[in-house]
Amino acid sequence: MTTLRIDVPYMARVEGEGALNIIVEDGEIKHLELNIFEPPRFFEAFLRGRHFMEAPDITARICGICPVAYQMSSSHAIEKILGVQISPEIRALRRLLYCAEWIESHALHIYLLHAPDFLGYESAISMAADPALRPAVEMGLRMKKIGNDLLALIGGREIHPLSPTVGGFYRAPTRKELLALKPELEWGLEASIKTVAWTATLDFPDFEPDYELVSLRHPDEYPMNEGRVVSNLGLDIPMEAFEEHFIDDHVPHSNAVHVYHRDHGSYLTGPLARLNLNLDKLTPLAKQALEETGHQFPSRNPFKSIVARAVEVVLAYEEALRIIDAYVRPEPSRIEAEPRAGWGCHITEAPRGMLYHRYELDDQGLILSCRIDAPTAQNLKRMEDDLWAFVPQVLALPHDEATLRCEQLVRNYDPCISCATHFLKLNVVEK
Amino acid sequence: MKAPKRKIKPEKRTKPKLAVIKFTSCDGCQLSLLDAEDALLDVADAVEIAYFVEARDRRLPGPYDVTLVEGSISMPEHIEQIQEIREQSKFLIAIGACATAGGIQALRNWRNVDDFVRMVYAHPEYIDTLETSTPISEYVQVDFELRGCPINKHQLLDVVTSLLIGKQPRTPTYSVCMECKRRGTPCVMVSKGVPCLGPVTQAGCNAICPSVNRGCFGCYGPMEAPNTESLGQHLLDIGAAPGEVVRLFRNFSGYAEDFRLASDAFEEMMA
Repeated sequence: MTTLRIDVPYMARVEGEGALNIIVEDGEIKHLELNIFEPPRFFEAFLRGRHFMEAPDITARICGICPVAYQMSSSHAIEKILGVQISPEIRALRRLLYCAEWIESHALHIYLLHAPDFLGYESAISMAADPALRPAVEMGLRMKKIGNDLLALIGGREIHPLSPTVGGFYRAPTRKELLALKPELEWGLEASIKTVAWTATLDFPDFEPDYELVSLRHPDEYPMNEGRVVSNLGLDIPMEAFEEHFIDDHVPHSNAVHVYHRDHGSYLTGPLARLNLNLDKLTPLAKQALEETGHQFPSRNPFKSIVARAVEVVLAYEEALRIIDAYVRPEPSRIEAEPRAGWGCHITEAPRGMLYHRYELDDQGLILSCRIDAPTAQNLKRMEDDLWAFVPQVLALPHDEATLRCEQLVRNYDPCISCATHFLKLNVVEK
Repeated sequence: MKAPKRKIKPEKRTKPKLAVIKFTSCDGCQLSLLDAEDALLDVADAVEIAYFVEARDRRLPGPYDVTLVEGSISMPEHIEQIQEIREQSKFLIAIGACATAGGIQALRNWRNVDDFVRMVYAHPEYIDTLETSTPISEYVQVDFELRGCPINKHQLLDVVTSLLIGKQPRTPTYSVCMECKRRGTPCVMVSKGVPCLGPVTQAGCNAICPSVNRGCFGCYGPMEAPNTESLGQHLLDIGAAPGEVVRLFRNFSGYAEDFRLASDAFEEMMA
């Protein structure tokens, strides 16, 4: 009997702590598990009794890479409860802030976390030590920095921004402050177009599993803050129906709670799903950059997520420049909200996919209960299903290479394990 | 703030080894290193990034010259792990509110953790967690602490640079108020009546919250010898509800001793 064990006790280049264990005997997968040993932090529990104005600040701490997503989903959900209508100017500034987060988060993943897999390096640090590749790493870092600079200008700081809140912003930037960033954003737009072309030259394994792709869809624009939940299998529901369709499942043999679609099981959310479902909403240069790759989209090859991410960076730069050109400073920057009892939910598109928040408030504005479904919690089941389908393809490879390919498959999702963990059953794995 | 006990002397041939370790946290503080885009490659040239799982596959064994520890201690296995990391580290820096005060997840310390587990997980019997979330210094000697939720990346680079040139790192121990004065930000509490923890909170963030018209929520934790009682009373005087004062102190650095005692005292007052 030949046994192959793929054992990655502490996976690198992902956000948070996870492990991969696969056992194959005589060509048959006997055991496959994506272990999450990231410690739980109980956000849904300690949010109870906190004031609604604290929800964007506290939930931001679920994730250091995508805090804006948490601030957006929580603010929108609470505004629905309180009947707050934000102005078009605040809406535009929120979209600009989201562009900034997509840029910094995607550039981080493309260049620092994911590119090493395709190019055969253990890290971007090693890539940068190669004179041939150092310019690419430097370009990626500069693209990321521009996103962070925009984020810090609007949000007050890059990580855990403090200006975004329920009803808008504690302070909105001036037009002059934003215009000062335009030259760098224009450079970033050019760099992002080159990035798409470069990702298109990478070597993609031949792998197209049968996915349900789920994302928001908005009639007028590429989805970020608003829209209906749609899928390639015909799903088209309002956000309020999310919990009827998407179920938290605590599988006994698994170490994780998986979110799955009631009708179709595992599904994919994130850049690849968004792009596939919103190709007609791409901005002109993003559309052109994608067409010039020669890759056929829609595509269900998860390895091409890096292309989707790069296209979304072009879109985010393009949108950022458009919003800045049309920018009118919101006045007031924040719509005041009076407490009232009720419940509300909202989904926004985090860099890694749909982020669902639902709150129930009492008449004093204190949180009675909440539910948060992070994108990675939604993708976990899909990651395991991908691995089941993919492992047979790599069995012939040398062990190290097979292991790396499996890790790369998981990194396609840009998993954010800190985000996912307040849902996950914990399994202690020795480091 | 503890005085550093050991110094790192730059060696002539080998680069100092840096390790970045994570416990219970959001990854934001270690991300600050990757967010120092202009300096990251210089740092990588100057030090051997020997262990940094979020950024690289390759892991070199200890001992490490400088170890940055993010996150709080909240799991049974963490206790042994932090002791081993301490043994492997010449100079150990706790970074961020989780590592220096237990973080926002230390809110569990006021409650029964089993209730929390039941609220969040369908099968609570699978969850094995400590009763409390506490700072690194609760378990091992810490050589330096960098405050904040998240830390300030410029402070991080300053501290690492100081160690590289054999200088003792320093961070301010005065309050956020000093930074507002320096920036010329009008006091939000005086001019707008907004509750603000600035007078008792350690500086280091450059007083960002007041600069965007909101009160400081104390993410850098207590300054040296803060007068929390007087500030809390003032917040009540300007119209804050007692519950609001409790929540303000019981926040990202709420389990730091001075803030903990303050929130407990005002909570008792409410009862």
